[in-house]
Amino acid sequence: MGSSKREKILQNNRQLAYILAFAFLAVSMIVGISVGSVSVSVSELFRIIGKEVFHLPLSTEANMMFSNIVMKIRLPRVVLAGLVGASLAISGAAFQGLLRNPLADPYTLGVSSGASVGAVITLFFGFSLPGIGLFTLPLLSVLFSFLTIFSVLLFAQKVDRSMKVETIILTGVIFSSFLGAFISLMIAMTGEELRQIIGWLLGSVSMRGWSYVGIILPFFIVGAVILMLNARELNALSFGEDRAQHLGVSVKQRKLLVLIAGSLLTGAAVAVSGTIGFVGLVIPHFTRRLIGPDHKHLLPLSMIIGGGFLILADLVSRIIISPAELPIGVITALIGAPVFAMILLKRRRTERG
Amino acid sequence: MLTVTELIGGYTREMPVLKNLTFEVARGEVFGILGPNGSGKTTLLQMMSGILPYHSGEIMLKGKRLQDYRTKDLARVIAVLPQHSTQAFSYTVKETVSLGRYAHQKGLLQSWSAEDEEVVKKVMKQTGVTQFQQIPFEQLSGGEKQRVLLAQSLAQEPEILFLDEPTNHLDLSYQKELLDLMKKWTKEKDLTVISIFHDLNLASLYCDRLLLLEKGRIQINDKPNEVLKRERIQAVYQTEIENQPHPSLPKPQLFIVPSHLAEEQEALVVNERYLETKDEWIALKAPIPLKTLSSGVTGAINGWYQTFVNRCVKRTYDCHDPLEEMIEYLSAKGFNPSETMGMMTNVDVKTAAVRFYEGNDISTFIVVTAGKGNPVNTPHIVQSERTRGPSIHTWVFVNGCLPEEAFIQSLVTATEAKLKALHDYGAETNTLGIETSKDSILLAATQRGKNIRHGESMESLGMLVSRGVYECTLLAMKNSDWKDG
Repeated sequence: MGSSKREKILQNNRQLAYILAFAFLAVSMIVGISVGSVSVSVSELFRIIGKEVFHLPLSTEANMMFSNIVMKIRLPRVVLAGLVGASLAISGAAFQGLLRNPLADPYTLGVSSGASVGAVITLFFGFSLPGIGLFTLPLLSVLFSFLTIFSVLLFAQKVDRSMKVETIILTGVIFSSFLGAFISLMIAMTGEELRQIIGWLLGSVSMRGWSYVGIILPFFIVGAVILMLNARELNALSFGEDRAQHLGVSVKQRKLLVLIAGSLLTGAAVAVSGTIGFVGLVIPHFTRRLIGPDHKHLLPLSMIIGGGFLILADLVSRIIISPAELPIGVITALIGAPVFAMILLKRRRTERG
Repeated sequence: MLTVTELIGGYTREMPVLKNLTFEVARGEVFGILGPNGSGKTTLLQMMSGILPYHSGEIMLKGKRLQDYRTKDLARVIAVLPQHSTQAFSYTVKETVSLGRYAHQKGLLQSWSAEDEEVVKKVMKQTGVTQFQQIPFEQLSGGEKQRVLLAQSLAQEPEILFLDEPTNHLDLSYQKELLDLMKKWTKEKDLTVISIFHDLNLASLYCDRLLLLEKGRIQINDKPNEVLKRERIQAVYQTEIENQPHPSLPKPQLFIVPSHLAEEQEALVVNERYLETKDEWIALKAPIPLKTLSSGVTGAINGWYQTFVNRCVKRTYDCHDPLEEMIEYLSAKGFNPSETMGMMTNVDVKTAAVRFYEGNDISTFIVVTAGKGNPVNTPHIVQSERTRGPSIHTWVFVNGCLPEEAFIQSLVTATEAKLKALHDYGAETNTLGIETSKDSILLAATQRGKNIRHGESMESLGMLVSRGVYECTLLAMKNSDWKDG
């Protein structure tokens, strides 16, 4: 009863919800940066950030080693984890709204499988495109995720001109399975790259540096802005496509926009970090429980909470069996699945009661 | 307002659902679309609301082609109340209603204006959902959901409201409320309502015009009186239908006839066997309810009754509420008042004339009590209006199936026969000026066996009734005279 009262308060006081979400993100970031094999005190951390990011005239006594750890390793890692988490969470929220299915996630439409195929091909053949070197993998990955979403949409349109969401989901499932089989095939045939491929598939944000942040950031901004501009349309679409059209939504265009924006976000996230499951499923669910289904608030709040969540998950992945690291996908699944089960259980109870 | 010209659409071009429809709906009209399942009603509605494309023809809305409207502009002219709606997520009632303002919000950020808020508050009040505004939509009952969706549609401030089976989940009073409200808006706000109806009777009551679809074609597009003809509806819906005017409005109403009843058509003969005479009353207890047209105390006018009681009251009987007194009396004597037709007479019921007449395939059973009802010669006893003067009570039971017109015809015949009998009796006994205002008459038919629709059987019935009533009246007069005398 206590928790439902708390939810009511958040639903009625949206400002408070935003403040709490931002606080969560900020705390996650601070903890994410300061905790590790070399621990950086919070005051040290602020001093480094102040000096390096905002160029404040602070005392230059800051330890160069700390400064390097924060600026070259921890901060980009935390930012990347935050961006990936935010991308997955907001696109998950949007896909769930669009597909009118609370069990949908950014991977439902086969986008991640496409991105994975791109990455696995790169690893398998040891590709390295001239000029971009290390970025071959994320680039091919984004490219493949786009190819996939457009193939899915094209195929769905061939099947059903009006592109009902049911058709899109089915097509996505077909493509996912097919691409999944393709990945399995490559894994079966691979030799020494096996560990590398599996490691990538399980997801990680370690040792990526600022350049990866640079890769995901434009996709993230474009995708998130498009999605947030379609919040009201997503609300209307939860009532069904015909109803949304009767309310004045240009269903076809809006659907395409949301699908493309969501795929942009997912594709880019998978490209920089591999397939990290459960964030796109659990975070929107959790956020919806807190503030209700209105996409105007659901999308940005999911984004903030998702970012914070993945930063914490990444932190856990790197300290739990330190000095070794667990793949972050394992952590999100380990945390996400039980949390999701609990949400389901609780929802069943409140529905009955 | 809305013009549909040679519209062809649905499924494939070769086998369209709608085959060449042309009609027009005027502003402020309540326009009903009727038709059996699969006749294309919903397809038509979806095309007119811009959801389904069509193959050829044209739909013009306010002088502009429907396709030329942007979705948002269209939503400001047309709102649709869906048959049912499911939400994937549980929005509150207010959030749900607020979505109706989507088409009115401008700009990228679509900010919520004071006007939006005002409209939402107003429509929630009009549809009576204000008290649920913070409750999740999914937790409401079917009828409440329907009203929330109506509020959502009205928040669009449309000029045309499309309804698909609007009364589906609503109970009787909300059906009436919704349709009354709709009708009011067409009058006050010039709203045009285009609605699919399954309930032909509601359509008849509320629509200005009805479009009857049959297999994708227009069967007729006219006033309810013209459209809801028995033969037409029977042919289109392929089912047994009876129609009757509404009891208080000049609108036709249709009734389905369950087929198992039609099978129970074994003939049944009402005769002396079912008659029971006691000191105080004479009663006929029929084995099945009979279709009755009468002017009794209880169960006046028409209906279906199983028991018929004529009760002898004292000449001093006086009561302000004879109906209530009669119901009490019937209950006390073991009759079920709601199945019983009661009458009162001041004549000893033992003097009743009872006879059975048989013609070709048809028979009547007649019971008449008659008496001059002379004033009692006791000055102390006040006589009530009801029991003073002569009275004749005529019961005619017909073993056959009578249409409406045969009932009227037979009543007229019976009355004429009674007057003739009185006249002849008066000539015989030199009594003149016999009053008939306290008389009552009852005609009841088994509605089984021979169907009396056509000239010959009607004539045969007329002769039986005429002869029977004449003879029985004379006999009853003589019986009571003999007794009084």
